[in-house]
Amino acid sequence: MSAYLQFNGITKSFPGVKALDHVSFSADAGTVHGLLGENGAGKSTLLKILSGQYQPNQGELLIGGKTRHFANAAEAIAAGVAIIHQELQYVPYLSVAENLLLGRLPNRLGFVRAGEAMKFVSDRLKTMGVSLDPTTKLKYLSVAQRQMVEICKALLQDAQIIALDEPTSSLSHRETEILFRLVKDLRAHGKTLIYVSHRLDEIFELCDAATIFRDGRTVVSHKNLVGVTREQLVSEMVGREIKDIYDYRARTLGAPRLNVQALEGRKLTKPASLSVCQGEILGVFGLVGAGRSELMRLIYGADKKRGGQIILDGVPLKIRRPSDAIRHGIVLCPEDRKEEGVIPIRSVSENINISCRRGYLRWGLFVDSQREAKTADTFIKTLRIKTPHRRQLIRLLSGGNQQKTILARWLAESELRVVILDEPTRGIDVGAKNEIYRIIYQLAERGCAVIVVSSELPEVLGISDRILVMRGGQISGELAREEANEEKVLGLALPAEEIAR
Amino acid sequence: MKNPSNESTGTVAGAHLDDQSKPLRRLLHLAEEYNLVLLFLLLFATLSFVVDHFFSVDNMLGLALAVSQIGMVACTMMFCLASRDFDLSIGSTVAFSGVLCAMLLNTTDSIFVGVGVSLLAGALIGFVNGAIIAYLRINALITTLATMQIVRGLAFIASKGQAVGINNEEFIILTGRSFLGISMPIWITLICFILFGILLNKTVYGRNTLAIGGNPEASRLAGINVERTRVWIFAIQGAVAALAGVILASRITSGQPNSAQGFELNVISACVLGGVSLMGGRATISGVLIGVLIMGTAENVMNLLNIDAFYQYVVRGAILLGAVLVDQLRNRGSRD
Repeated sequence: MSAYLQFNGITKSFPGVKALDHVSFSADAGTVHGLLGENGAGKSTLLKILSGQYQPNQGELLIGGKTRHFANAAEAIAAGVAIIHQELQYVPYLSVAENLLLGRLPNRLGFVRAGEAMKFVSDRLKTMGVSLDPTTKLKYLSVAQRQMVEICKALLQDAQIIALDEPTSSLSHRETEILFRLVKDLRAHGKTLIYVSHRLDEIFELCDAATIFRDGRTVVSHKNLVGVTREQLVSEMVGREIKDIYDYRARTLGAPRLNVQALEGRKLTKPASLSVCQGEILGVFGLVGAGRSELMRLIYGADKKRGGQIILDGVPLKIRRPSDAIRHGIVLCPEDRKEEGVIPIRSVSENINISCRRGYLRWGLFVDSQREAKTADTFIKTLRIKTPHRRQLIRLLSGGNQQKTILARWLAESELRVVILDEPTRGIDVGAKNEIYRIIYQLAERGCAVIVVSSELPEVLGISDRILVMRGGQISGELAREEANEEKVLGLALPAEEIAR
Repeated sequence: MKNPSNESTGTVAGAHLDDQSKPLRRLLHLAEEYNLVLLFLLLFATLSFVVDHFFSVDNMLGLALAVSQIGMVACTMMFCLASRDFDLSIGSTVAFSGVLCAMLLNTTDSIFVGVGVSLLAGALIGFVNGAIIAYLRINALITTLATMQIVRGLAFIASKGQAVGINNEEFIILTGRSFLGISMPIWITLICFILFGILLNKTVYGRNTLAIGGNPEASRLAGINVERTRVWIFAIQGAVAALAGVILASRITSGQPNSAQGFELNVISACVLGGVSLMGGRATISGVLIGVLIMGTAENVMNLLNIDAFYQYVVRGAILLGAVLVDQLRNRGSRD
């Protein structure tokens, strides 16, 4: 069988980062092709090129042997490409039928012919073997059912290439099985499927072939997964020695610093307690939606507490808003850098000085611009933030350098006691990751209590002194560095029914 | 691709460019930074030659006086827009404070009480706006649309729908006074521009305002008290609008409950003409000054040329649309 979908030397650069570097591989019709790689390895960028959201700087994309250039998403859809994103795209207040026919509802003079739409959709759903009521509004469906609708939409658009981006990340075991059955069915019908996942079990169960990405390059493309071992895939994915990236060294821990007692919040199912010592790095692991970020935001005063106490160095604190926490030396680098971290249209210098400037105001009101310039330049140098000058707009920097700028914002504080980092290395390249780990270690050596929230298991295992695991809105367990390993942490993080699998 | 040193959008003193940058680049950056000013100067020079009586001291002073109310409120509207909000209630505040001031003057005969209480009332209206928007999280459009009508209603109720004449001679001549040949309303507007320029660029209040407009959630997580800053922005805006209302009352020797209709839209137009972004985060005081002057100049010239008032509306709208379009084209490519 000849390759239906082919990438030839695709290269895509963003300011400061080469997201894809001469990526080549091909996928056959009637197969499921897995894409593997760590966060930031370039999988999403590749999918965006396939779906016409990005245009490659170099290289070509062939579908059915013909070179294709997609200027936008509509062209990709017309060419039979459908992407099922991790974040599903749907209109919650419209019915299944309306969502499926969005933009091409059957109508007469602008009036929707509802009966016709319903009949058409229910007929098609029947032939696809999907049991969904076309009149149900999407907001009443489960995540898995919405995903189903999305896949049906792809089929209605006559898609030949269907790419699924981490489709099981928010599905239960049973829902996953239903999805797998559907995917296998599509394969039998000769569709070309691209399957992106972190979960090796799924890759082995579902995929015929797989390509491994690392730092924007294709490491290897397995035409056939028979005979390939799990260990082989892991080493290909991670590449260099893990020890090398994390470079962990044991530290001596000081007195207890932060003590969180029975904290309650809207998204926590059980009161949460934790404590961190001076100089300690506490890793917090959990799946998406486990309540990790919510717990951190509660400590920081970003969300409203419903109960519980926060004790810092033996003194109970009242933290109502982030500014209270900052005044006591508790800071947070938020999970969503773009939405919660940077002020995109302001300069690197502004983004660094936004908080610490209150410490050296003149007459309580006027900012000290010379001192701010000095602070900014110092951190640009010591943290090696790659920017032409301190007045560069922060949104023009790469993700890693934006993250370093946010770190600089807190490092510039005169007194730091607790540093909370929520997904500090998400979406940034390996080099910058390493530098961020170094900053984390330095903070711990200075005596700060550091809390690192991460959904990358190797990272949590690599840098933490102690690991706290969350599941379903509550703390499910705690492991010392010595006793922690991948199985134990995952065992605490996965819902009970997942373990049975 | 353009605007590499865009941070200076927030600095009055403009681009302190890197010392190592070449003179030519530096000149280009300055042109980029000040192109609004250049545009205005060009327009001004052309009009001076083309339109009779335009370039004279008397006409200039008349022009400045005509835009003085818009000018002072544009300063505070700039803060409001820069923090990603806006305020439709200021026109009503102008009318209400004028009526209130006139009534107080007639009952107490004290300028201090009349002006002082009016300004406080304006600040209170602003405070209510700000508190509702910041703490109750009601959209600024809805909130100020509601208070716009409520305050206008209060102005009519207080005055029983009639203009309130002012008998206090001292108050009436107050705005007629001049210093160095420039009348008092113009001086007050100039002081507003200087004061709010300094506030925007040199103080935490100004920097925080721009940060909030740039990304409200990130600003909150960075430790800025977003709610309190918003309340301040609206309260100051209310007070300045009341000041404009008091000055107007003095100039027309009465408090008119139906005055300043559409004033808020003129003020917002002036800000937008001056490059203030409705998306928040971008504002310069020099831009707002130019925006106000462009509006004033256009009106002044149309009057000098005896253009029918009905056509003036069309021209004003066209200028606004044109300016925003040019800005949009200029910024294309430098946005994501």
